[in-house]
Amino acid sequence: MIRFEKLCKRYKQLEALKGVSLSVNEGELFAYLGPNGSGKTTTIKILTCLAVPTAGDAWLNGFHTEKESIQAKRQCGLVPQNVNLDNELTVRENLDFHGKLFRMPRRERTKRIFELLEYIEIEDRMNSPVKSLSGGLRRRVMIARALMHWPKILFLDEPTVGLDPAIRRRIWSLIKKIQQGGTTIFLTTHYIEEAEFLADRVAFLDEGTIVALDTPQHLIEAMGAWALDRVCDGDMETFYFRDREEAQKHIAEHKAGFSLRRVNLEDVFISLTGKKVMT
Amino acid sequence: MSAMFAIYQRELLILRKRFFRQLASMSVSPLLYLVAFGLGMGRGVTVGGHSYLQFLIPGLVAMNSMIQAFAIASEINIARFYWHIFEEIQAAPVRNISYVTGEVLAGITRALFSVALIILIAILSGVTLSYNLYFWFALVLNSFVFASLAVGLAMLVKSHSDQALLTNFFITPMAFLGGTFFPVDKMPEWAQHILFFLPLTHASKAIRAAAFGDPPPFSSYLLLASLGAVFFFLAFHWVNRARE
Repeated sequence: MIRFEKLCKRYKQLEALKGVSLSVNEGELFAYLGPNGSGKTTTIKILTCLAVPTAGDAWLNGFHTEKESIQAKRQCGLVPQNVNLDNELTVRENLDFHGKLFRMPRRERTKRIFELLEYIEIEDRMNSPVKSLSGGLRRRVMIARALMHWPKILFLDEPTVGLDPAIRRRIWSLIKKIQQGGTTIFLTTHYIEEAEFLADRVAFLDEGTIVALDTPQHLIEAMGAWALDRVCDGDMETFYFRDREEAQKHIAEHKAGFSLRRVNLEDVFISLTGKKVMT
Repeated sequence: MSAMFAIYQRELLILRKRFFRQLASMSVSPLLYLVAFGLGMGRGVTVGGHSYLQFLIPGLVAMNSMIQAFAIASEINIARFYWHIFEEIQAAPVRNISYVTGEVLAGITRALFSVALIILIAILSGVTLSYNLYFWFALVLNSFVFASLAVGLAMLVKSHSDQALLTNFFITPMAFLGGTFFPVDKMPEWAQHILFFLPLTHASKAIRAAAFGDPPPFSSYLLLASLGAVFFFLAFHWVNRARE
């Protein structure tokens, strides 16, 4: 459904992407994980035809993003990182404008707006100006807007950044619901728990290169199931174990101030790059 | 529903939502010029057999249509740099030609709306002018030139301050030197040669001739149409530059 090969992007001195290749299957929820500045948004911009790659090719549902950009754009909806709703318009007018850009007939637009606002549970705010909505509601409106033209692929660029944990979980449920409806989702995030909870597969991006690609379970299992952390000379030391018993045995042997926890994707990323995802 | 109309309708919807604010802002400067120059300084002055007020109003029509058509650049830049709506348009299957045409039409509409105000003021002031087909044709051509220029430049600028710079260096001098307030042929010859290259000089000339019922200066119409076509083509070409 999404495929890109050897994508490169250079901004003057900065090489944002260094030949990344990937393919995402139909109906899959794919998380693209990496610290700020790793190239996540650049990849999404290229895939949604907002940026031109310096080299490489990308296809959305078989349509080349450069040579068949109009058809490629029809395949996808985009929820960008920055809120880009028209503040002067109401929720309904924002969705209607999007429908018009995709040449949807008036009757179809009206029906779809009602459907979507009910779907994201804000039908009572249909005629509210966007500027009167909270951050979480705006994000939900952006998701509804991106779904307006029934895209096969949904790109979500940091969809929960800046939202409080309760709202974030609500957005997660909505994303899961959209995937269950058959939409392929490509999500970028630097929230580890978001990727773990939502993704079928994840790719770790670091300095414009994919450093790992697999299911969250496989990546975690390769590290071990349990981790012990301790602070040693001001630095955090972490040890990984296949099972809990093995970890507890280690605590008993060393009698140091360890804290026991489950291994997560952050551990995988640190072991691969020596950096934290959340920077 | 084509994407071009979607772009155009969005601008009109915003204009409608800000109707009274916009109305006030569009009428302030022409009203001030009319009072200060038309009724104050120009009282008792005649230019080419017409009262100064009669001379001034077609000039103000040309100047205000230029300013309002060019103001579409600010709307585009607000959408681009502040609300990021341009990104939403770019991510949609909208061809560059549809985008440019929609915005240029919106610029022309703004210009016509502001001119309607000036005509209303002229009628209320008892100034008789001819609003014939040549008048409207010259007005639309002038608006087309500056709306196309505005869309093109809006694609090139990197910030709001760049936009303000363009207005200060091109639009404001043209407003004062393009034959709005005085006849260009009364200027020294060297200055006339320079002012000949300003599109507003030709717009003022064509609109004034039509308003006075004089024979239309076809060369000015041709020049405006050519410039409009060039700026429109450049705007179309520069939309791609706005992509990363």
